[in-house]
Amino acid sequence: MSEVDRGRRQILAWGAAMAGVVIAPGVTLFDLAHGRPPAERASAKVRWGMLVDANKCASDCNACVVACDTEHALPAAKTATSAQWIRKVELKDMRGGKTRSAPVMCQHCADPPCVDVCPTGASFKRADGIVLVDRHTCIGCRYCMMACPYAARSFVHEPVTGQLPDVPRGKGCVESCTLCVHRIDRDRIPACVEACAATGHKALLFGDLNDPGSEIAQRIAALGAAALRADLKLDPGVRYAGL
Amino acid sequence: MRDRNASRSTPARQLAPLCALLAVLLAVASAALAAGDTGTGTRAPRLTIPAEAGGKCVEDTAFMRRNHMELLKHQRDRTVHEGVRTTQHSLANCVTCHADGQTRRVTGSKDAFCEGCHSYAGVKLDCFECHSDRPKPAVAGAAPGRAPQ
Repeated sequence: MSEVDRGRRQILAWGAAMAGVVIAPGVTLFDLAHGRPPAERASAKVRWGMLVDANKCASDCNACVVACDTEHALPAAKTATSAQWIRKVELKDMRGGKTRSAPVMCQHCADPPCVDVCPTGASFKRADGIVLVDRHTCIGCRYCMMACPYAARSFVHEPVTGQLPDVPRGKGCVESCTLCVHRIDRDRIPACVEACAATGHKALLFGDLNDPGSEIAQRIAALGAAALRADLKLDPGVRYAGL
Repeated sequence: MRDRNASRSTPARQLAPLCALLAVLLAVASAALAAGDTGTGTRAPRLTIPAEAGGKCVEDTAFMRRNHMELLKHQRDRTVHEGVRTTQHSLANCVTCHADGQTRRVTGSKDAFCEGCHSYAGVKLDCFECHSDRPKPAVAGAAPGRAPQ
């Protein structure tokens, strides 16, 4: 069974589960916002997010980073100035020696500091919670890079060639993880999540945080997953378990 | 005296330089016409870059010539900010139909659809500094997850 078929069956299964949750005749508690048609706007009913389970993330695995580079035609050979949308971070407890590994990317904050500081409105948050850069209005000032506490953004210093039709990018703009917005809009999951599942680790989970019945919402609750730098109260869409 | 004057002012001798000038002008004009003629009966060079896919454009051709940039700008804001992914007025859709048959690009030469006309009209074309100037591969976008049945 293909990924699309699985996705559809899962949606059907959720639909069947949701059908039971009826507040009044004809009024259901949850609205299914999945499978949005191309002409329909992104809806604020969903909040896309990701769960990173560091217990399952292998320190020697780089599949999410490779998948991201391939999906967006980012340069594979990294230099000091090349763009990086997702990176693996190793944590080591200096006393116990215990190590943890997890990917860090744009955390898609509900209150993003990058949007606050952007002088042109190029940094913005989409209705469904995805934080993006509109390259048509980005002037490359890099205020957002300084404001981001997760160092998630990159500036494109060199001319770019060989862009993919779904991922336009060019010199002079700031960019970061888009949560694979071009895939989400076509009802597909982000490339890193797909690659992580393909390795068998299944450390990444993508879904709708607003839907209490979704797998991601349930696992975040079960694992007690937390935000990175929760003290900043940015309410990020990416949550970490087992760090 | 009168004879000499009469012989100088015969119509044939008066017209000779004029005829020579006319001949030279005709030669120059015909050469210029031959160089600039593209079969349309005009001296101005005309662009003839057909759409590779053939068929009809998403809007009337005359309307597209004047307004394609407005449609693209409107679509780009709807796509980037609202996630609307309709293809009718999308840049990717333009590229799909108008990519050159050999190079599969809309830029790169004077015969390429976008660059050819923009260079003819002297208008800067900066879409493709960031956007791909090639059509999307057939498998991508549709449903790559779908396995062949």
